[in-house]
Amino acid sequence: MIPRKFEYFAPTTVAQAVSLLRKYKDEAKILSGGMSLIPMMKLRLVSPQYVIDINNIKSLNYIKDSGRVVRIGALVRHADIEHSPVIREKFPMMVDAAAHIADMQVRNLGTFVGALAHADPAADWPASALALDAELVAQGSSKRIIKATKFFKGPFETALKPTELLVEALLPVPKGPKLGQAYLKFERKAGDYAIVGVASSVVLNENNEFEKVALALTAVNPFPFRATDAEQLLIGQKPSKELIEQAAKTAASMSDPSSDLRGSAEYKKEMARVFTRRSLNKALERAGVAL
Amino acid sequence: MPAKRAKQTGNSKQQVVIEINGTKYSYEVEPRLLLVHFIREYAGLTGTHIGCDTTNCGACTILMEFDGKWKAIKSCTYFAVQANGKRILTIEGLAKGDQLHPLQKAFWENHGLQCGYCTPGMIMAAAGFLMMNPNPTEEEVRHGISGNLCRCTGYVNIVKSILAAAEEIRSSGKPVIEV
Repeated sequence: MIPRKFEYFAPTTVAQAVSLLRKYKDEAKILSGGMSLIPMMKLRLVSPQYVIDINNIKSLNYIKDSGRVVRIGALVRHADIEHSPVIREKFPMMVDAAAHIADMQVRNLGTFVGALAHADPAADWPASALALDAELVAQGSSKRIIKATKFFKGPFETALKPTELLVEALLPVPKGPKLGQAYLKFERKAGDYAIVGVASSVVLNENNEFEKVALALTAVNPFPFRATDAEQLLIGQKPSKELIEQAAKTAASMSDPSSDLRGSAEYKKEMARVFTRRSLNKALERAGVAL
Repeated sequence: MPAKRAKQTGNSKQQVVIEINGTKYSYEVEPRLLLVHFIREYAGLTGTHIGCDTTNCGACTILMEFDGKWKAIKSCTYFAVQANGKRILTIEGLAKGDQLHPLQKAFWENHGLQCGYCTPGMIMAAAGFLMMNPNPTEEEVRHGISGNLCRCTGYVNIVKSILAAAEEIRSSGKPVIEV
């Protein structure tokens, strides 16, 4: 399969990339890992006239740990996250997620930030970005920070403007007496898109009460979302099997999946419940809390 | 031909130089040329196969050097212009003269192929995997090659071959690939 013709640019600085974007606007596409863009171009689902390859902007390739915040540059690959000791220590849900994205070859190229910008409604990364309260840095004529919770607008739709390049993600490191995170993905076959994916991050206080809960679901809605009703239900409470089950039901009731090859809407909603429960249980287990 | 089509620019070809198995290949190519087509049709190295052409089957897997590290990628999902100035390794570059690479030898000895179509991609993926994980369990090997499909379903012997090669490479004390 051969894409339509396009003009190719390989800028070496963010400024060059942004000036190309500002020149060509929505006729241009940013190429980072290319693991979604290139297949879409080959199928001619998209045919940008200008492709701006950011892989030569070496300054975008970093995972920087400043203690309270970890910054992930736009060229950090899924495999980099999968094998990063900093990520393993501070954001274990991301190691869970990275290891189940597509396959080794795709993980060697695909990027975390690129996946967020692509905003596939069934992608794994948006759930982590939402549950970790990530902030996304967009560079246009000026720089602005977009909260992940305000970033996803619809299927393949984000708050990013056509003239902006997503340059990095800022991940605040959760703090508290007892911390636990998990990302659980239910997939039909190895490397497939999720039927449902649930990211959870919990903070419990000394009295074993939920101080902070973040629950994000992917693949069961037109765009990934935070199950805020379920979070509210848990805050201030002591975890119990019944409470977790109730939260899982609430999260599932907020989902709005569509029927497709991966299952009927009814089935997916049921799986959203089951996997929310399991994800919360895993996060609690990692926080050292027994139910 | 579609009757009506959006104005498309992009006729301008670009000069690319790609080092494949130690030899530099320099051609003027369209930006839309996929790396796998560059390898097969321009460099004439047809060991790298095209299976699904949709990033699923892994038959087109090659190794590419990124900042001194070799990584397995699918060459059907990469533009040749992106590879400009890069070094890549294909199945033709694994053997040293008449001496097969330990992976090739292990696939031979363990009957790790039936029709052989997936084999070049399977071996290159295995090489990329063993560089990350030189001492894998059977389960890890199975996960490692989940991006490569064998439609003869000869996975049992493929996994056996990779485990055998891993052991031979470890005991030899040599790196997985020598370039």
